[in-house]
Amino acid sequence: MTRLTLSVVLAVMMAAGCGSSPRQGADTVTVLAAASLTAAFDDMKTQFEKSHPGVTVKITYDGSAVLAQQIINGASADVFASADQATMSKVVAAGLTDSVPQVFARNRLEIVVWPTNPKNVVRLADLARPGVVVVTCAESVPCGAAIKKIEQSSRIAVHPVSQETAVTGVLSKVETGEADAGVVYVTDVNSAGGRVLGIPFPEADMAVNDYPIAVLKNTRRSTAAAQFVDFVQGVFGRQALDRVGFQTP
Amino acid sequence: MRLPALLFVPAAVAVALLVLPVVGLLSRTDLRRLPELVSSPAAVDALWLSVRTSATATGLCLVVGVPLAVVLARGRLPGLRLLRATVLLPLVLPPVVGGLALLYLLGRNGFGGRLLEAALGIRLPFTTVAVVLAQTFVAMPFLVIGLEGALRTAGARYEAVAATLGARPFVVFRRVTVPLLLPSIGSGLVLTFARALGEFGATITFAGNFPGTTQTLPLLAYQLAQSDVDSSVAVSLLLVALALLVITLVRPRVIEGSP
Repeated sequence: MTRLTLSVVLAVMMAAGCGSSPRQGADTVTVLAAASLTAAFDDMKTQFEKSHPGVTVKITYDGSAVLAQQIINGASADVFASADQATMSKVVAAGLTDSVPQVFARNRLEIVVWPTNPKNVVRLADLARPGVVVVTCAESVPCGAAIKKIEQSSRIAVHPVSQETAVTGVLSKVETGEADAGVVYVTDVNSAGGRVLGIPFPEADMAVNDYPIAVLKNTRRSTAAAQFVDFVQGVFGRQALDRVGFQTP
Repeated sequence: MRLPALLFVPAAVAVALLVLPVVGLLSRTDLRRLPELVSSPAAVDALWLSVRTSATATGLCLVVGVPLAVVLARGRLPGLRLLRATVLLPLVLPPVVGGLALLYLLGRNGFGGRLLEAALGIRLPFTTVAVVLAQTFVAMPFLVIGLEGALRTAGARYEAVAATLGARPFVVFRRVTVPLLLPSIGSGLVLTFARALGEFGATITFAGNFPGTTQTLPLLAYQLAQSDVDSSVAVSLLLVALALLVITLVRPRVIEGSP
């Protein structure tokens, strides 16, 4: 009985162990990309695999800081696309990039409100109006650092009731109607479809986010990885980025 | 009783699985910077808020959870099995979904939230009360399920005897049921407090994240992890230390102290 139990336990553990280890084919490019790139990079993956037969692209999306942390802690990946320069710099400083990071996209902030805009928010200063419940990102994440910068240069002080740790947190607070307005990226507004309304504001020019991409040091597929980086910066890549609201250099 | 030697091997594996990650956390900590990192105003605020909200949530669980456990174990109501399954829900639901559920009920557009705002002028989201509610929601099952199990194991004999001796139902509850349950209530409360202390998903979804009002230690640790991992690790250690303190100080007394 005990022997049976033990062998079952061992078998299950071994099966689980085998199942979870990544079995990557010879031509799989592993890309770690900022969550805001999801729609654009999914598009590119399909197109890239079509034009490069035999090559598979595997993309993991998460917050840039989380991904950078994974790379620094030894995650095996071939390409890293970050939502800001500061995060990419950490990976560069750790000596883990193989190519000089290149900016392939820019993203700007937009005010986001309910589709009907009940509080009639039309400009940044409206967010400082009493009675308008505002949610922004925390300063420690890129979207929060950007709004902070804008607040300082425009001298408009927004008083959020919550400092979310990700743009998705801001979006969901506005989508559910808990907050009257939030500040997120244009691309987030677009990916939310009709559930929210985006309002561009001129002060957003003061803090535009650059998205750098680089091939990683320990890649075993440097050719395919470099091809993918080129592809992102090429005609199709730009189209895919434009479609979701990124500006391309 | 002599323990069978075979038990020690899996027990050691279990200990390794539980303890080694904390060792990993410690190994990544810059001990010289630790005092400075954990005494930052943000960390102190978050610690204090965590202690206050978790204690309140635990108190709330005690007041409504103990009666619920007794009803579940002793009551003869139709639909009790369904009720029992419902109590388990917060354990199964991802906390973020639990937070959304609270938001859809008590948020500005939820029917509960509209009622509160119209009747009392109260808005719950983004307040400390929302933090307590989120913690109570996720932590309550830990108390109720433990107590219900203890009640069933204990059986209803003493209560039946007390009743035949003429004790009224509430006297039986107060003089027999509760004293018998005390050790289980103690250990249940420690578990509840620990769960409330570590609560993250429901809190950030329902209450948001603002220093001093809704930013508890786990929320601060997560926010710091986005940019400054060292501070995040330090704050996490603060959480570990607090949890260990509560568990080691309170638990042996309430469990082993009484028969």
